[in-house]
Formats: sequence, structure tokens, C-alpha cells
Amino acid sequence: MNIFAEGIAWLFDPAHYGGVDGIDTRIGEHIMISVIVLAIAAVIAIPVGYLIGHTGRGRVIVVVSGGVRALPTLGLMILIALNVGVGLEAPVIAFVVLAVPSILAGAYAGFDAVDRRTIDAARAVGMTEWQIVTKVEIPLGLPLLMGGLRSASLQVIATATLADYVGAGGLGHFLFLGLQTRDYPQMLAGSIVVVLLALFSELLFAILERLVVPAGVRAGERADNQEDVRAKSVRSRTATG
Amino acid sequence: MFTAGKGRLVALGAVVVGAAIALSGCASADPLSSGGDNASGSKATLIVGSQAYYSNTIVAEIYAEALENAGYKVTRSFNIGQREVYLPQIEAGKIDVFPEYDGSLLQALDKTAAGGTSDAVYAALKGKLPAGLTALTPAAAADQNSWTVTQAFATKYNLTDIASLKNVTEKIIVGGNSELQTRPYGPKALESKYGIKIAGFKAVQDSGGPLTVKALVDNQIQLANIYTADPNIKSNNLVALQDPDGLFFPDNITPIVSKKVDAAAQKVLDAVDAKLSQDELVSLNSESVNDKKSAPDIAKAWLTSNGLLK
Repeated sequence: MNIFAEGIAWLFDPAHYGGVDGIDTRIGEHIMISVIVLAIAAVIAIPVGYLIGHTGRGRVIVVVSGGVRALPTLGLMILIALNVGVGLEAPVIAFVVLAVPSILAGAYAGFDAVDRRTIDAARAVGMTEWQIVTKVEIPLGLPLLMGGLRSASLQVIATATLADYVGAGGLGHFLFLGLQTRDYPQMLAGSIVVVLLALFSELLFAILERLVVPAGVRAGERADNQEDVRAKSVRSRTATG
Repeated sequence: MFTAGKGRLVALGAVVVGAAIALSGCASADPLSSGGDNASGSKATLIVGSQAYYSNTIVAEIYAEALENAGYKVTRSFNIGQREVYLPQIEAGKIDVFPEYDGSLLQALDKTAAGGTSDAVYAALKGKLPAGLTALTPAAAADQNSWTVTQAFATKYNLTDIASLKNVTEKIIVGGNSELQTRPYGPKALESKYGIKIAGFKAVQDSGGPLTVKALVDNQIQLANIYTADPNIKSNNLVALQDPDGLFFPDNITPIVSKKVDAAAQKVLDAVDAKLSQDELVSLNSESVNDKKSAPDIAKAWLTSNGLLK
């Protein structure tokens, strides 16, 4: 039997479910870590990205935070853990550092990509700055923001396997244990679950994107395809006006 | 011990990198190239190897300098990874001197080996070594697994040996690498052999390194697997519980040598091991971990102070 089949078999062995080391428990921990990290990163990155995008000041922050992506997450996490101890804090902080740049870039780029003429038009019809942000820039920037969240989520789900290095659990358990005991089917099974989670996150964000992006923005995108331009442009105007 | 030094590269990365830089002059020699042509006189060129584990490299450097002092030419092939990597090279006769840990080596050669006293393990090892290799007399120094607690915890429950963990009335969380749970001396053995109740397991994957020590000191875990020659035990006021029943294999430092190591060279190594006590090994490790000295400096100073250099 090849290793792939063994990995699949490992995954479907009922003995590997339930208890502290069960696949189900570990998936739960993994999702919990990822959601906490994404929530914290979003709360930090979205307002900052919006502020930079709206004012056009501080673009250097976006550039610098992009560079932060090069920080090795494992090293950062261990460094933090040496100060705060083992447990959830160190991986959460390290993964937030990993997730912030993508979300920040998405939020900023979403605002930055809005046509200046659209904003001028909004100002011309008497919108306040706040209205411009909430009624023009945020809706029009949503596709790019969702893209940032989507890639941050993917990165965090893949990297959250490191959390088990400092006792925070998650699917990394199967990777570490499999590696150290040369139980490669177990490693592969753990990896497959991580891949499935990542695909699930992609799907979730694809759906979310459809739900939160206003019809007018979607219509605008389709209008680019030059299909039925007149009908779409009418809707587009009503949505953004 | 899972395999002596396994994963410690991660835990002590900085130290190992430091040692690697210090030894880069030697490392440029291909560790796997065949060496030892006898052209340069009567005494053979001996290849000394070491694991990618800082403590092992220090001992290897001591062997190397002692042999050089006795007139042998020495080629250093240090930091050759884990036992799975270097053992085939030793078996193939490509390394002549290697500081090994007898219990772990025995387990690597014979999966069904029984533990026991140091003497029993050494005797068993001699019977399992491949032809052409010899295990010289082990040093008193050992670097082996232990169940370790903080001094405060030991005092509170009057802990001396592993069995006395039964005195503990609070929850015991064990911390260590994931695979510790699957080891024959792991938490399950504590429960089945000694009836000690283990409340949980916290993964800390740095093989008893600084994260594990911190978790223990911070009381996030109460029991950890730390190597007995780790200077952190002393510097953090930890107590390695006695193991009178031989739960862990004794891992005394034992030079494994090839046929090229003649009687005179064996005498040189025996003389080194005769001086290498447990305290000496811990202080050698401490000079690397705490004082950040290089392996050659540590080795030379130790050999000089023990009167082993002519």
C-alpha cells in the first residue's frame, strides 16, 4: 500500500477520533486558533488600512508591513513564547503578525482602487467624509478587502500547524508526532486535513464575497465584460449613488 | 532518550550554529569522504565524528585534541545529524571515533533490548555492535532522559525518585515533545508502572530546551523530560528524579571506534573518559550554553586542566 493510501486509511480509522488527540478535537483547536487570529488581525488591520487608503497618508506602513511577512513565524513564535510561556498567546501573537499585512494591504488597496472621479462625484453631491467612507469607499473596496482576508486566512490555517510546538494544540500535533516517530501516514493524514480546511476557507470566503459585495459592485465588474452594458450601468448608478 | 540529541538542534539552534561557525574550517572537509590514508608516517589519520548536538561536539573535540596531542592526525567530521544519518557511516568504516551514548545506541541497534544498569547496557551493546567496531569503556558521564521537576515541587511533596511522584496530590501536567507520549518511559508508563496519576500532556516540542524549562519554572507543566547533562537543571534549580528501576536506558558517553584506532589511541581515549565525570560534562555544557564558548576553546581548557595534554 502506498503512503498516500495509508494516510487516507489513517484518516478514516475511527480509533483516531475522540479524546484530546482525536482528529475532531484537533480540527476544533485549529479552527479556533485560526478564527481568533483572523478576528484580532482584522480588528487591527482594517481600520488602519482604511485610514491610510482614505487619507492617502502613511502608505509606508503598508510597505513596511509587507516586509514583515518575511519574518519567520516559527522563530517569532518561540521568541514570544520564551517571554510569555507556552500556551495560546505566543502562537496567536505570531500568527496575527503574519495575517495583518495581507488584510492591511487588502483594506488599503480597496480604498486606493476607487476611482478618484467617483469620490469627487460623491463629494459634489454633498456627502460628508464619513458618508464617502461608508457609502462609497467601503462597498467599492470590499472585493479587495475580501481578497486580503482570504489570503490571510489561507496563510494562518497553513501556519497554525506550528501552534503545537508551544503546546497550543491544533493539527500540528499529527505533523510533529508523525515526523518524530517516523509515522508518515499520520503526518500525511494531518496534512490532508490542513489542506481540506484551507479549501474550506477558500470556499467560505468565495461565498462571503458574493454575500457582502453590493450588487452594484458586482454589476460593475460584469459590465467590464461588455455584456448588456446599458442594463448594468443603470443598476450600477443606483447602487453607488 | 529518543535518539540522543534528536531535535536538540532546534532547541539549541543558536549554540549549534555558533559551534558550526567555529568549526567551519573543519566542516569544509566532506564528512563522508573516505579518509585515513597511511602515507604520512606510522600513525594513521583518524576521522572523528559528532552528532549535530553541541554537547556531543564538545566531547568529540576533546577526543580529537587528545588524539592530536598523542601524535595522530585527525580529521573532524562534526555535526553529522542524527543517529539514522551517521550510524551507517560508522558501520561502513568511514568514521573512526564517535562519542556515543550507550543506551540509545543499543536501542538503535536492537529494538527489543532490555534496559538495566550501565554495566548491563554496556555489555549488551558490545554484543550488538557490527563487526569491526569496538565500544571503549564508557565514561562516568551520562546524558540521558530524566523525569525532572522544580526544586519547590520536589520539596513540597518530598520527591526523590520517580516512584515518589505518587505523593503528589495536585494535578500533574507532563510537558515534552509529542513523541514522549509514545515512549516506553512516557506518561503511560508512569501510570501503569508506578500508579502515578497524570492529569494531562502539554506539547512543548523543543526536546527539553528553554521553552520546556520555562514552562516547568512557570508551573505550566509540573513534570518534564530533560537530559541529565543539561546545565539548565542546575541553573534553574530543577531536580532530575532518581531512576532506581531503570525506566530510562543509561546513556553513558561511550567512544565507538573502528579498527584503525590502535591500542595506543584507545588508551588516549580511555584516559579522557576516565576523567569525564557527570559534573565535568555538565560544566562543559554550561560553558557552551551559558558562557557561549566555542567547542575547541572548551576542549583545550578542559584537557589542560585535567593534565591530559603533553
